[in-house]
Amino acid sequence: MGEKLLMKGNEVIAEAAIRAGCRHYFGYPITPQTEIAHYMAKKMPKVGGVFLQAESEVAAINMVYGAASAGKRVMTSSSSPGISLKQEGISYASGAQLPAVVVNIMRGGPGLGGIQPSQSDYFQATKGGGHGDYRMIVLAPSSVQEMYELTVDAFNLADTYRMLAMILGDGILGQMMEVVKFRDEEPIVQADKSWATNGHGMKREHNVITSIHLDPAVLEQWNRGLQEKYRIISEKEQRYELYHCDDAEIIIVAYGSVARIVKNVIKVAEEEGIKVGLLRPITLWPFPTKAFEQVIDKPRAFLTVEMSSGQMLEDVMLAVGGRKPVYFTGRMGGMIPQVDDIMAKIREIRAN
Amino acid sequence: MAVVFDRPHALVDIPMHYCPGCTHGIAHRLVAEALDELGIEGKTVGISSVGCSYNNYFYFNCDMIQAPHGRAPAVATGVKRSLPDNIVFTYQGDGDLAAIGTAEIVHAAARGENITVIFINNTIYGMTSGQMAPTTLLSQVTTTTPYGRDPKEHGFPIRVCEMLATLSGPAYIERVSLHDIKHIKKAKEAVKKAFKVQIAGKGFSLVEMLSTCPTNWGMTPLEALDRIKNEMLEYYPLGVYAGKDLEV
Repeated sequence: MGEKLLMKGNEVIAEAAIRAGCRHYFGYPITPQTEIAHYMAKKMPKVGGVFLQAESEVAAINMVYGAASAGKRVMTSSSSPGISLKQEGISYASGAQLPAVVVNIMRGGPGLGGIQPSQSDYFQATKGGGHGDYRMIVLAPSSVQEMYELTVDAFNLADTYRMLAMILGDGILGQMMEVVKFRDEEPIVQADKSWATNGHGMKREHNVITSIHLDPAVLEQWNRGLQEKYRIISEKEQRYELYHCDDAEIIIVAYGSVARIVKNVIKVAEEEGIKVGLLRPITLWPFPTKAFEQVIDKPRAFLTVEMSSGQMLEDVMLAVGGRKPVYFTGRMGGMIPQVDDIMAKIREIRAN
Repeated sequence: MAVVFDRPHALVDIPMHYCPGCTHGIAHRLVAEALDELGIEGKTVGISSVGCSYNNYFYFNCDMIQAPHGRAPAVATGVKRSLPDNIVFTYQGDGDLAAIGTAEIVHAAARGENITVIFINNTIYGMTSGQMAPTTLLSQVTTTTPYGRDPKEHGFPIRVCEMLATLSGPAYIERVSLHDIKHIKKAKEAVKKAFKVQIAGKGFSLVEMLSTCPTNWGMTPLEALDRIKNEMLEYYPLGVYAGKDLEV
């Protein structure tokens, strides 16, 4: 029987990482994700792991680069401004094809912004906040239970595809407590890591981990390899939830904590006799275009709701491809969209 | 017939890309000889940095990682904390270590991270064609100090060994020079000692090597060696700055 505990979202991410076999964590304090570091500082020494408080987010992601090169399961976490600082290392690790998990518990921006929840790092996470043609697998949990399950999945996906996987949460998810049910044993993927730089023992050629290829033809070929990998992932790894979409007049597209608010909207709308559904992307990259193909004929319109100025909105519009109208409502700066706001937008769409 | 001089196994048998008269080749050889003589090539992971030596992973036979600019000590920390029984070294120039990478080197040293740092100080950025480095001497002409380094405009050169020696973390810090055979032999001993310090688990070790850059200094190789002796030694005195009495 799996253990059931009442836990904070941030702590669950840390616990899930340890259960997934992560024994190396490098971080730097920033609100609203610091409980991950606190939990790791307490737990890692007890499981023979490494917790290290780095001198900066820049150093932390480079320590991740080192531990991943050594072939270990490794994680770092931060919140929006700190994730901006990690972009250099994220680009290098992507270029060098290193598997690791990066957690972003988003807060309002730009700049130092605020410490309240936000989803305004969607572009940064899914379109490449660092330089170069790279992608990360981006997983967006919507509950504490999912923070657990998706963190374990993130390690498996990172190892399977030899790339970075990001958990993209927000301050609500990081700070809230819910019951989480743990499995007795985690499904851990044992990936080939013969590429790791862990000392050749005079038994093989030396391994080299690098992201630099000065010959443009070689670099293009390297990039083609990355793009082919990304194409396979786009084909195989899209994840989403369709909720009450079958006879929906309007389908709301929302992820993370906003998707939970939308589930309340669906109840309120039903009381008014309006059928609303939810399309919830779980993978933000790859974006679940397949979900749209399943439901495209049904609604009269799509409505995207985000805690941002409308970033995922662009991917929704691409997925819908002009076949249905796409509307948007959202809040910024740490303000949370309310059921009433979303209902008002639904009434406005219906009045059109 | 007895072989008295040969290529170290830890050094790959291919031509290097360095300019004529550049001392990177000597520094590489010293590191490789140390790996051979201590029998640690098979368990060593080297970290190259950004600068002329970015691709020394072509030259060292041990496992190698190429690190972002200045971040080699953080990458090395990640490796060493993952593989504490392996030997980890970084190879960094003065722009990499003493400008963009100051936070990483200071904190790796402060933590007493059990790694070895090979620090090449040639008072200039080589790869990007001769800009002022944090180690550029006063009055030295570079492409970004065309009228000479003026302390009022550009501040003063950083003495890395002296600065890091103020910390409690480092076990062994020494500055050596590559300008003649006698000093190269002393440099070799320093490199070997640095690795021995790591093998013994004593903590952070760093060897700064005063080096040449004939191309960007606008000198012949011999003039460049003379410049180390005549101009650099005065500002960058040789010697042991941490771990004088350390026996390994």
